Amino acid sequence: MSIEIALLTIFILSIFVGFEVVSKVSTILHTPLMSGANAIHGVILVGAIIVTGHADNNLELTLGLVAIVLATINMVGGFVVTDRMLELFKSKKSTKAGDKK
Amino acid sequence: MIPAWSQLANLAAALAFILALKALSSPKTARLGNRIGAVGAISAVAIVFFSESNLKHLPLILIAVAFGTVVGFVAAKKVQMTQMPQMVALFNGVGGGAAMAVSSIEFLKAGATDGFVALFATVFTVVIGSISFTGSIVTFLKLQELMTSRPVVLPLGRFITIGTALATVVMSVYLMVSPEIWALWTLVALSLVMGILFVLPVGGADVPIVISLLNAFTGLSVAASGYVLDNVLLLVAGTLVGASGTDIAIMLTYATKVIIVPGYGLAVAQAQQSLRELVDLLISKGVEVEYAIHPVAGRMPGHMNVLLAEADVPYEQLKEMDEINSEFANASVAVVVGANDVVNPAARTDKSSPIFGMPILNADQAEQVVFMKRSMRPGFAGVENELLFNDKTTLLFGDAKDSLSKVVAAVKSM
Repeated sequence: MSIEIALLTIFILSIFVGFEVVSKVSTILHTPLMSGANAIHGVILVGAIIVTGHADNNLELTLGLVAIVLATINMVGGFVVTDRMLELFKSKKSTKAGDKK
Repeated sequence: MIPAWSQLANLAAALAFILALKALSSPKTARLGNRIGAVGAISAVAIVFFSESNLKHLPLILIAVAFGTVVGFVAAKKVQMTQMPQMVALFNGVGGGAAMAVSSIEFLKAGATDGFVALFATVFTVVIGSISFTGSIVTFLKLQELMTSRPVVLPLGRFITIGTALATVVMSVYLMVSPEIWALWTLVALSLVMGILFVLPVGGADVPIVISLLNAFTGLSVAASGYVLDNVLLLVAGTLVGASGTDIAIMLTYATKVIIVPGYGLAVAQAQQSLRELVDLLISKGVEVEYAIHPVAGRMPGHMNVLLAEADVPYEQLKEMDEINSEFANASVAVVVGANDVVNPAARTDKSSPIFGMPILNADQAEQVVFMKRSMRPGFAGVENELLFNDKTTLLFGDAKDSLSKVVAAVKSM
């Protein structure tokens, strides 16, 4: 029972941390935010590896391997794509707007 | 059971994720933050192989991870910035699918021995994960234009959807009361169908919102917003006067303040570079130019910022809706490139319009308005835009890139 209360506590606190952190995200970065957050939920891969590692029959094993492939695509793809987008947001010094200061 | 060191390592990974999101508060720190998040995720996965004892099927697991890595990496490297929303939707969907599969296996193993809370969590993940999986796939098909991006309304669609939703709720409760395997598969099937039914009636203008919702696993909310905008198709009829690029060039050169309203049509025409060229030219002639970015310009929130960043537009020139809306009244010209619904004044004034209440950019308050559009076709919401018929509006039909190049050439010659 105490474990469940602990999990509930973590859950509730995480909600607040999430709200707090995301509300400060600059609007121009909303697409990277979404794909970055998307990559983070790819961490379901950890769960997929655990259940697959304890699979007792072919059905569980097959489902588990599918879950691993899907979760890995989610995680790897998500982080790489976010990195590519953020690379574009390097501050530009050579533009004319900057020169006019 | 789980060693303390691995629990601490997981805490570190969680912190890395929080830092990754926090770093997005500024473009300067964002990239480093994302990499910290990636390191956190990779270590969390690596640690599992050591902290979990007696993992079976290790070779198969490693092959599956390797395969997923290659597919995800190649897809993420190859995708074009205009196609980013589809990709994010797809990555999101496969994540939902994985979550659904994981909790299904967990149910198959533990099933009846699980407590009520665990069963509730299983049911929730199965339902929301399945909805996200098929919902995201439909979203992908729409954005990739493998199917129509218009709202798809089935005959009796509303009743089918409500019926499926009710059946899903009934099966969810049944599964919690009586955890049987057939009930699980029925619930999975119902939820998968539910995901499709939720997204089909949503029109293109709402897709950015759908991606956000699916991403946040709030699939249920999608239904409500989907219904608001379903089956609304109004076709614009009429003959209108197009204008040459030269008239617009004169208007722009003698303007003091120009506000650009970019939309997805700009990205479709790959005209971001031409647009930046025009803006740089105008700035060099002493005109004040800013971009007004609607929160859902493009195909997901913030998409337009990514597309313009790709064209090397300094992000200092990009202004958010709240920030720029009061400035339209002082602007000599508002140039609307490939956007439509986001500047439709009907959202402010016409209570009967399906987009009434949607926040819009007040382009209609500028002294002059220039529309660069492919045709008189209404936007994705299928709603006629009265601003197109306004006296102060000049229309420039054709591909956004061609139109912009013509204007650039005309401005240069002055």
